[in-house]
Amino acid sequence: MPEPSQDPAPGEKIAYLGGGSASSGFFTGLHARLLLFAPYRLFVLLLVEMGFSGRSLVIAIPYLWLLAFFLAPFLIVLKISLAEVIVAQPPYTPLFVFIEDGFIAIQASLENYLFLMEDSLYWKSYVSSLRISLISTILALLIGYPIAYGMIRAPKRWRFALLMMVILPFWTSFLIRVYAWIGILKKEGLLNLALTQLGLISEPLTILNTDIAVFIGIVYSYLPFMILPLYANLEKMDLGLLEAAADLGCRPIKAFWVITVPLSLPGIVAGCFLVFIPALGEFVIPDLLGGSQTLMIGKTLWSEFFNNRDWPLSSAVAVILLLVLVLPIVLFQRMQERSTRAEG
Amino acid sequence: MKQGLSWFNTSSLVIGFLFLYLPIALLVIYSFNESKLVTVWAGFSTKWYGEMLRNESLMNAAWVTVKVAFVASTFATVLGTLAGLIMTRFGPFRGRTLFSGMIYAPLVMPEVITGLSLLLMFVAISLDRGFVTVTIAHITFSMCYVAVVVQSRLVSFDRSIEEAAMDLGCTPGRTFLQITLPVIAPAVVAGWLLSFTLSLDDLVIASFTTGPGATTLPMKIYSQVRLGVTPEINAVCTILVGLVASGVLIASLVTRRQEVRREAEERAAQAAP
Repeated sequence: MPEPSQDPAPGEKIAYLGGGSASSGFFTGLHARLLLFAPYRLFVLLLVEMGFSGRSLVIAIPYLWLLAFFLAPFLIVLKISLAEVIVAQPPYTPLFVFIEDGFIAIQASLENYLFLMEDSLYWKSYVSSLRISLISTILALLIGYPIAYGMIRAPKRWRFALLMMVILPFWTSFLIRVYAWIGILKKEGLLNLALTQLGLISEPLTILNTDIAVFIGIVYSYLPFMILPLYANLEKMDLGLLEAAADLGCRPIKAFWVITVPLSLPGIVAGCFLVFIPALGEFVIPDLLGGSQTLMIGKTLWSEFFNNRDWPLSSAVAVILLLVLVLPIVLFQRMQERSTRAEG
Repeated sequence: MKQGLSWFNTSSLVIGFLFLYLPIALLVIYSFNESKLVTVWAGFSTKWYGEMLRNESLMNAAWVTVKVAFVASTFATVLGTLAGLIMTRFGPFRGRTLFSGMIYAPLVMPEVITGLSLLLMFVAISLDRGFVTVTIAHITFSMCYVAVVVQSRLVSFDRSIEEAAMDLGCTPGRTFLQITLPVIAPAVVAGWLLSFTLSLDDLVIASFTTGPGATTLPMKIYSQVRLGVTPEINAVCTILVGLVASGVLIASLVTRRQEVRREAEERAAQAAP
């Protein structure tokens, strides 16, 4: 199979617009018929005049959508994070103020950011988010690795079914999966019921509304993200290496540490990032499973916005969260690029 | 060493899958519980399903959610397919880096940030919040998933067929419709399904971007869950899980069969002299 390259094929440089070719096809036909209408003809002429080709029009559709609904909203968040909260609609001060003589004054204050540094609630939320995500990621690795490893040791004809079984929970509603744990973990819940009836505990355990419940929730929700890259990586491993090690007298456990783990390192790193990054900004899990003392930045942002109605401050929280996320995302991106280059 | 499962492999698979499936299974089982108390089993009953169907606000929310998901996933599939095509087939153009950044960023963006930023923009342009704004928000994040799915399919697909078609005088548009689209169709369908479930599932972004009259089902479930676990919600969740699971299973079996057939055809083609 040829290497997919990013160079344009010569054929793609043909302009889509402007007619010329007489070949049929739905869109060409439609285009030809629409050219009979003066407004459409004028529009096309204008576009061609401005140097637009069909190619750039195709690019423009998703491009403009993302600019309008992804990039522009961020700039607005950035702008509002520099404003101050006021009682009005919308409840923040404008960044640009028109003053007399046609001058525009810029009203920006870093007060929100200073407040984030002063008030311990916020930096504690960031630190606690990092801690909870890190612990959950390690737990997910410890649980996910044996599963992924078991999957590649299973007979080949089972693999598709096993893979489907890992992917299927990922498609079922996140909210429902988190909700399912409430019934299990609460004080009079199914776990305590089972443990008491087995005689393992006499007093019901308090798990719901603690950090432990949040760990369980994150590991449970993001386990497929850990298993899939690990599986993809382990599947490519040559099992003959383990055989060779065994023939040379290496015990299986040592062979695992010396051969399997180093070879699956890219999978481990990818899985960890895929769990860690979304866990960091998580709102639903700490809100439903965590307690009032469970601090996570997503939850703080939510309550700042919905309960305190402080839009500028929650914007500032969002900007800082984004900055916290940039480092792991960039690292992950770099690593992915390196591994695709190594393979290619 | 033989290829096979040791006791350790088997037990880790069994425990792992129990961990993944037991919570959902319990949720489904207890939706058929006669008792209002979630942990006391009082006999089989489907009364909570009846209760759920009579709950008008719940049904309204479900209807809104399905409408949003349908419209959003359809638009997202069109935009996402275009984006995937642009990323793999359009070569370099001005602003390509920004474009691919905007495709990948929503995938890793925390939902709270996406939701907040979209809401602030809707307020800034004073667009009334409701059905339209939720749909726009859902299109925006799910089109990126579609783009990635379509893109991965396009990368693995031999582009010389497209080039051959164009060398033979096919216009780019016709090449796309007759050659590229049939090949990437499984990815496009998968992308549509993925966007549909993502939209069906979304709580955070919908909570930020919605307005009066457009409460979605996850928002409804969320507000009830905060008050406690009820069998009625279990019933709603069971239906959702059942719908999504059967849809995904059917889709994956269909694509699996197509792949097996294609592989067989390729083998046959190679075997032929």
